[in-house]
Amino acid sequence: MDMTIDTTMGIATTTGAAVIETRGVAKNFGAARALAPVTLGIAQGEFCALIGPSGCGKSTLLKLIARLHQPTAGEIRWWGNDFSNVGRTGKQLAFVFQDPTLMPWADADTNVRLPLDLARVPLKDSIPRVRAALELVELAGRERAHPRELSGGMRMRVSIARALVTEPDLLLMDEPFGALDEFTRIRLDEEFSQLAFERQLTAMFVTHSIYEAVFLATRVVVMAANPGRIFAEYVIDEPLPRGAGFRDSTRFFAHCRELSALLNQACIASRSVS
Amino acid sequence: MKRIAVPLAAPALTGIFILAAWQIICASCHIPPYLFPSPAAIAASLAICWPSLLLALFSTLKVTLLAFALAVLFGTLIAFLFVQSRALEVSLLPYAIMLQVTPIAAVAPLIIILIKNLFWALTLCAAVIAVFPIISNTTIGLRSVDPGLLAYFRMNKASRLQILLRLRIPGAMPFFMAGLRISSGLSLIGAVVAEFVAGTGGNGAGLAYQILQASFQLDIPRMFAALALITLTGVAMAGLMALLSKSILKWHDAGDTK
Repeated sequence: MDMTIDTTMGIATTTGAAVIETRGVAKNFGAARALAPVTLGIAQGEFCALIGPSGCGKSTLLKLIARLHQPTAGEIRWWGNDFSNVGRTGKQLAFVFQDPTLMPWADADTNVRLPLDLARVPLKDSIPRVRAALELVELAGRERAHPRELSGGMRMRVSIARALVTEPDLLLMDEPFGALDEFTRIRLDEEFSQLAFERQLTAMFVTHSIYEAVFLATRVVVMAANPGRIFAEYVIDEPLPRGAGFRDSTRFFAHCRELSALLNQACIASRSVS
Repeated sequence: MKRIAVPLAAPALTGIFILAAWQIICASCHIPPYLFPSPAAIAASLAICWPSLLLALFSTLKVTLLAFALAVLFGTLIAFLFVQSRALEVSLLPYAIMLQVTPIAAVAPLIIILIKNLFWALTLCAAVIAVFPIISNTTIGLRSVDPGLLAYFRMNKASRLQILLRLRIPGAMPFFMAGLRISSGLSLIGAVVAEFVAGTGGNGAGLAYQILQASFQLDIPRMFAALALITLTGVAMAGLMALLSKSILKWHDAGDTK
């Protein structure tokens, strides 16, 4: 496919240090090829969106990077190291699932503190960090609320606070706002863009929404299916943080139109190759 | 206030209505108390025989509570073993089921012959039928972990012990509590059935013996009185378990039910 841009020439190699590098990473589930060899780099401070038709392996790629799956072939480097060294380099990786995946028996405070508790961080250190994380997602005062007492959007914010409390060097998100209504989603996107800017977050997220990809990402990786692969890349060089002003701008819609065209081509390519 | 009052008042009113109808039918149709006693006759019998009935109740209660405690202890222990190893579960589960499906009334005579001490024989009978719901429910509970949360724990390099303490045990609580509620009722049933089979009197005889004795003497009101005490004990235990479940499972939807 001529449309496929050589990803080894991506931003990773041109700006900043590579946070993640995948080299020919492939994944099969039994006989099914979920992901053809993918080579991709994520640079420090980048906000990378993965978008594509269903079955294109975008979630699989994200989970491979999160080490929730093992690759069938290829190699992944985390900050230039293999995964067993991630903890030793002092780097932290956090994953936000599509669902909030909170412990229903625990209050917001305990849920956010979970990664610190698992890492045996003493309470005197973890308590202020949890408080700060909950303030960051505007849930101060709801520390004692259980997940069932919170709305869907609030639960997702607890989940994001749980990821941020570890002060991650890389944040991976699998359709984090996918299950939310449009209104809540737009608001959380705006809050999140602000937060990512303040924290200088490096993030990679899967989304189904072109609007969300354009709004949040600095680079969009468009994927195609049959087999799952990178189809094209699209850079969104707009000032950060982005707010309602950007969402209403003509530039925003121009980006959406172009990305939409790319996605259409990716869908056609997914059908033609088998 | 309304949330507490309605679930208590509605069944109480129903009970009063049934008792009143029962009393009126017995009185107006002149049904003799040795065939079917009126609530008033049962209450009178309870008032006369209360020292022996209360002693019998105490005895039955001792067997029931000890059997329940043993069932919870061993049931939980066995469930933990099952969850640790599939091989162990596969090899032992059929026998646990065999224990469950064999009627206790058929096994009780054997247990009573084998174990000299009657109190322990009765307790074992009751524990044998009370243990199964604890085993099966706790095993299912410990196994049914939210796969997303499990992935999260593994990603954060949680140890087996951390996963057990922070994920499996709290997640199993609704299942465990449901098992507890079934098992508390079964331990009372087991105790009474075992007492029937043993059929022994004397000191420390339970409510079942009171029923047997009353039936021999055709003292039907006393039989009903003993029956009423068994029923009330069962209701009290169910209520206690519901309260316990509600206080532990505040986070769970089932915590709302009565």
